[in-house]
Amino acid sequence: MLPLIKREIVEKKKVLTEEEFIEGLSVAQSLPGAIAINTACFVGRKARGIAGTLVSVLGASLPSFLIILFVASFFLQYRHLEAVQNFFRGATPAIVALIIGAVVDIGKSALDDWGDLIIAFILFFITLFFNLHPLWIVLIGGMLGVLRRK
Amino acid sequence: MIYLQLFLAFLRVGFFSFGGGMAALPLIEKEVVDTYHWLSNGEFLELVTLSELTPGPIGINSATFTGFKVVGVWGSLVATLAFCLPSIFLVSLIFRFLSYFEENVIVQHFLRGLRPAVIALIGIAAYSLAQKGIKDWFAIGLGTVVFILVYYRKKTDPILFLLLSGVAGLIWYGS
Repeated sequence: MLPLIKREIVEKKKVLTEEEFIEGLSVAQSLPGAIAINTACFVGRKARGIAGTLVSVLGASLPSFLIILFVASFFLQYRHLEAVQNFFRGATPAIVALIIGAVVDIGKSALDDWGDLIIAFILFFITLFFNLHPLWIVLIGGMLGVLRRK
Repeated sequence: MIYLQLFLAFLRVGFFSFGGGMAALPLIEKEVVDTYHWLSNGEFLELVTLSELTPGPIGINSATFTGFKVVGVWGSLVATLAFCLPSIFLVSLIFRFLSYFEENVIVQHFLRGLRPAVIALIGIAAYSLAQKGIKDWFAIGLGTVVFILVYYRKKTDPILFLLLSGVAGLIWYGS
C-alpha cells in the first residue's frame, strides 16, 4: 500500500518531496489509528492545511466504507446459510495462523531486547487473567518504556 | 444514545490502536463484543475474515460494519468518523511541533515502549480468535498447515491461503 501512496503523492502529484514523505510516514506510523488515514491527514495538511486534511481523510476512508457497506448489506442477510457458515469456519484457522505468524515475526525483531519479550509476556497474561481493557496494555507499555530508559 | 455509544467506542479504538490493524483487534473486540454486545463471537470472527478479504484498514472496516449492523448507514457513518477523528486531531496537533515530537525523549521512549505492548496485543488477538473459532481437530490441522505455508511461502499472497482454507471448510463441514 505504501508504494502506492508514495507514487501518487511524491512522483505523480508532487505534493511532497521524498524527504517530507518519509518524515510524514514515520509520524503516521507512530501515531494511533490506521496508517493510511494518518498518512492522508499529514499529506493533506502539508498541501492545503486543515481543509486538505479533511478532504484527504474522506478520500482515504470512502472506498473501504463503501465496500464494507456493500458487503455487510449482503452478508448480514445470508450469513445464516450453512455454506456461508462452513466457509467461515474453514477461514478462521487461517486467520489465526496469519496472526500467529505476525506475532512470531514481530517477536523475532524484538529478540535483541529480552526486556521487551518479558514485558510482552507479562502484559499478555495480566490482560487475560484480569480481563483488562486492552487500552491499559498500551498505557502500561508506554509508561514502562519511559521508566526503563530514564 | 446508541449513536453516542458507537461514537465513544470507536473514538477509544482510534485513540489507542497503535501498531497496525492486528494489534487493534483486541480493542475492537472489547468494545464491540464484550462491552456493548453489538456483535456475537461468530459475527466478530466473520468481520475479521471479511476485513482480511477486503482492502482498507481493519479499524475502518469494523467501524463501518458494526455501525451498519447496529443502526444502519447512519450508524456506520458515525462509527467511521469517530475512528478517524483521533488521527485528524493528533496529526493537526503534532504538525506544528513536528521536530519537537521527533526529538522529545519522553515521547520517543513512550513509543519505543509500545513494542512489547503491540506484541502482547497481537498475541491476545490470536489467542482470543483461536478460542472462539478453533473447535475441532480439522480446524487445528488446517490452521497448522496454513501457518507453515504462510511462514515458508512469504511471497504468496496470504489471501489465497485464506480463501483455500475457507473452501476446505466448505467441503469438510458440508459433507
